[in-house]
Amino acid sequence: MAIRVEDGIALYRAMFLIRRFEETVAEWVRAGLVPGFVHLAIGQEGAAVGVVHALDGRDVVFSGHRAHGHLLARGADPARVLAEILGRAEGVCRGLGGSMHLVDTAVGFWGATGVVGGTIPLALGAAWARQATGGVVAVFFGDGASTTGIFHESLNLASLWRLPVLFCCENNGYAEFTARAEQSPVAYARRFAEVYGIPSAGVDGSDVEAVFEAARAAVAEVRAGGPYFLEVEVARLSGHYEGDPQGYRSAEEQARQWARDPVRRWRDALAERGVAEEALAAVEEEVARQVEAAREQAQKAPWPDLTVLNHG
Amino acid sequence: MAEWTYAEAIRQALTDAMAEDDAVLLLGEDVALGGPFGVTRGLRERFGAGRVLNTPISEAAITGFAVGAALAGRRPVVEIMFMDFITLALDMLANQAAKLALLSGFQQAVPLVVRTQAGIYHSAGAQHSQSLEAWLVHVPGLAVVAPGVANDAYRAVRWALRQPGPVVVMEHKGLYGRRQAREALEWDPQWRPGPQLRRPGRDATVVTYSAMGETALAAASALERDGISVEVWDLLGLSPLNLEPVLESVRRTHRVLIVHEAVVTGGLGAELAARLQSEVFDDLDAPIFRLGGRPVAIPFSPPLERAVIPSAEAVAEAVRTVLA
Ligand SMILES: Cc1ncc(C[n+]2csc(CCOP(=O)(O)OP(=O)(O)O)c2C)c(N)n1
Ligand SMILES: [Mg+2]
Repeated sequence: MAIRVEDGIALYRAMFLIRRFEETVAEWVRAGLVPGFVHLAIGQEGAAVGVVHALDGRDVVFSGHRAHGHLLARGADPARVLAEILGRAEGVCRGLGGSMHLVDTAVGFWGATGVVGGTIPLALGAAWARQATGGVVAVFFGDGASTTGIFHESLNLASLWRLPVLFCCENNGYAEFTARAEQSPVAYARRFAEVYGIPSAGVDGSDVEAVFEAARAAVAEVRAGGPYFLEVEVARLSGHYEGDPQGYRSAEEQARQWARDPVRRWRDALAERGVAEEALAAVEEEVARQVEAAREQAQKAPWPDLTVLNHG
Repeated sequence: MAEWTYAEAIRQALTDAMAEDDAVLLLGEDVALGGPFGVTRGLRERFGAGRVLNTPISEAAITGFAVGAALAGRRPVVEIMFMDFITLALDMLANQAAKLALLSGFQQAVPLVVRTQAGIYHSAGAQHSQSLEAWLVHVPGLAVVAPGVANDAYRAVRWALRQPGPVVVMEHKGLYGRRQAREALEWDPQWRPGPQLRRPGRDATVVTYSAMGETALAAASALERDGISVEVWDLLGLSPLNLEPVLESVRRTHRVLIVHEAVVTGGLGAELAARLQSEVFDDLDAPIFRLGGRPVAIPFSPPLERAVIPSAEAVAEAVRTVLA
């Protein structure tokens, strides 16, 4: 069943915001303004938006090193996320965390990590401790994370204790510069869920509506009790990190991946369903203005003071 | 004389060792492409996929794999991409690699090398910047070396690949691009990773290692302008520790400052201070002073990141304190 037009436009707005945001970060990286390592979600917006829009205010989200999209989809202020990525005092973590360690508890986003797999078990404990709220805990990670030991220990434990965790694997076919086939003989991480007795599904991440529907069904199962594993097959349209020359994949392959651009695909789908070009353009202009304002605010934000380290 | 970078020196050491000894192999995440800093670039092409193994993100398993391969007579070099992830390999290192020789009544040996890189560099953040050597030196049976310059890096890797037991080579990401005149490195089997004199001086001895060697030298240059002469020693070998030349230095200068990037609390400086004072207590004119990282998670923001580890100014200030 197709979703309502207003919901469809909301999904588009959220994805377009992530795209614009990430393009801004990429531009800043090229200009040498961004400290540290930056991993962009360009191409993976459908996963972030489709899954996060299936959650509500009771729920909590964890993520990994490619987390900007998940936090924005959750509703964080783009200006404060940009400020964090620049290491400024107005950042969501006061400039202490940076791109790989985003947290914004106000929007139910409990953390990202620079250690692959590092937040997966945190989702289990949080879910266990929050069972009375009826909330689920969703944890995003990549296909590469499914080769870590902590992933397997966590799936086993979540299943054994029937924890309300939504495992959300964004399978982009790469861990850094190495293709999935060289990382694991198991092409799809959801196969691991099967053996641990966790219900699972795979969905095409370039189709945000399909992700949203799959995530809604998944969340319903988790609320009914017990974990669920949703694998979203996405195209990583940027390099592993921003600035990655991507010598390990051909220009043709990179170009082919763009056919799986979820933002473009959903725009076309909405237009086909009768949404006027002006309405789509209006959303884009509004988001562009929002990102422009966020960008100015973030760049003007002051550096943090050393005293922040003494807090708490 | 030709120059080489610290990264090139390590690559050359791996290349030479692999060319000499078929038992040497490399494994780690993306080592076939050179890793994030290009250190192992070209080795897969030269030595083949059977000796340069790209692995999944499975630090515990690949370290344990390397222990098993070492038991079977190979000389594996495991790359742990960031020292922060050594947490994941630590069980294999501390409970298996370091212990098996003794536990087997010396039937077995684990000639394993772990290469990893530590340190603060351009806001890599709290989980990609730590210096965790104190954890490693606490494990009997593990050797630890932390080269501060390219020529030492070459020798340290060659040395590590000739040891009968496990060695961790702690590199520093901020040093990879640093150049040094390349010494003619005929491999000398007598060489040991002991303290290296970086700068002679009269008034105080600074004991340091890894990237803090540069910071200490910058401080020494600044102090020289004020007529203060500082001797700088770069330890190179962190475990086992050979302090003989440093003791000799302290007997002349009577004052010691220990500097490292790792947090001061429970850091290697505590061990150094204890050993030094037990040997040269009567020669000291001032308490031994330690300077290191602040005991906080390393903050991301560039000005804060810079502020949590010793700067050249802070080292100079600390030398003045030791001299006061
Ligand atoms: C424990 C650990 N090992 C290695 C790394 C280095 N590293 C950072 S991202 C990455 C690949 C992750 O792949 P995947 O989980 O598929 O996520 P993606 O980058 O594709 O989103 C690796 C190996 C790390 N951060 N943590
Ligand atoms: Mg991946």
